[in-house]
Amino acid sequence: MDIRTITRAFLAKFFQNLDLQDDQDIFAMGFVNSLFAMQLVLFVESEFGISVENEDLDIDNFKSINAIVNLVERKAETHIGA
Amino acid sequence: MKIELTPQQKRDQAAFRAFVQEEIVPHANRYDQEEHTPVELIQKIAQQGYLRAIISTEYGGTNMDMISYGLLNEEIGRGCSSIRSLITVHSMVAHAILRWGNRQQKADWLPRLAEGEIIGAFGLSEPAVGSDAKSIEATAALEGDYYVLNGRKKWTTYGQIAGLFLVFAQCEGKVSAFLVERETPGFATEPIRGMLGTRASMLAELYLRDCRIPKGNMVGGRGFGLASVATSALDIGRYTVAWGCVGIAQACLDASLQYTSHRQQFGVYLKEHQLVQQMITNMITNVKAARLLCYQAGYLKDAGDPHTIMETWVAKYFASTAAAQAASDAVQIHGANGCSADYPVQRYLRDTKIMEIIEGSTQIQQITIARYGYQEQ
Repeated sequence: MDIRTITRAFLAKFFQNLDLQDDQDIFAMGFVNSLFAMQLVLFVESEFGISVENEDLDIDNFKSINAIVNLVERKAETHIGA
Repeated sequence: MKIELTPQQKRDQAAFRAFVQEEIVPHANRYDQEEHTPVELIQKIAQQGYLRAIISTEYGGTNMDMISYGLLNEEIGRGCSSIRSLITVHSMVAHAILRWGNRQQKADWLPRLAEGEIIGAFGLSEPAVGSDAKSIEATAALEGDYYVLNGRKKWTTYGQIAGLFLVFAQCEGKVSAFLVERETPGFATEPIRGMLGTRASMLAELYLRDCRIPKGNMVGGRGFGLASVATSALDIGRYTVAWGCVGIAQACLDASLQYTSHRQQFGVYLKEHQLVQQMITNMITNVKAARLLCYQAGYLKDAGDPHTIMETWVAKYFASTAAAQAASDAVQIHGANGCSADYPVQRYLRDTKIMEIIEGSTQIQQITIARYGYQEQ
């Protein structure tokens, strides 16, 4: 499975009965909490083998499926480049 | 599947137990009565390396695995919940810096925290804000190269003696985290006394009045302070509290086994009475179950599995409520002796009520764990 499909499957557990769009802002929807945010960070790290650093902790990096995919791809490129 | 400690973990557990038995157990009732932790004990704990347990070796820590760290908290919790809470809050601050701090913050603070040169404390709760952490009222405003903090924090464990405080404040409408040194002008602490339990944990109220701290003292990104810094620190804190509760429950069981084997009523030892046996059985079963849940949470932590967060909630919920029941039964078994200062079970009972409130109250856990169940179905 690709990054987008895996991410959507993870988010679907938290947003049941909602057909999340790729660019939909999950933080703007108002019912996510800090616990969810931390689970999301840990999910991204463990599932895609990247390390979320202090400078990555920007809501813009986690606010939608597209944003998460972009973050993972960017971090993976950096990792390969390093 | 294999649930067994490694030889190293067994050796560590034996060392933790021996230290607690010698240095903490004989004095814990006195610490409780005096509402004080002696600085000499904190120095001994630092010398044992317990304050550096979760700090990476790069910064002078021992990078202890989460199972061993859990065993440490169980053993210290068995001896004294106040001392266990020292390990908890110190580690929460160290973890926040280690996980989310910048290079400079790590270099500046982690070696000193590892040595025990300074104690870390956590400033999230306020006079009007507890479980609803996102509603904190303390503020931080950027002025040039400084953040100016204003507000009050309450129930800060070891706030009376800590040298470094991880303080949460609203910054541009979002919760952010800041490192505040005790010596910062405008910062002051006031002891809180007369608490029900964990009375030796030297609680304090914190006052921040136009407290100017360098811009570089913010931990984590702006607006991500609650989600990352607080939540991950509280996750570690909750894990240690869960293990500490296993320790209290074990202490209740040990005390009850001892007492019922020596005290006679109606011509037989208490242990011969079936209603006493029922309470002993429940203690044995719940201690073992709580410990297994803690092992599960720790295993997932070491594996980096996101499920560890909710499994830690489950472990803390079960262990804290089980410890409260064990302590209540232990006092009941001890009768009038159990209510007196001559026996530790009255302290265990008071301490377990605190455990049901801190790092997520029982009611918040009941709501959160149910939601987790629906997510995982």
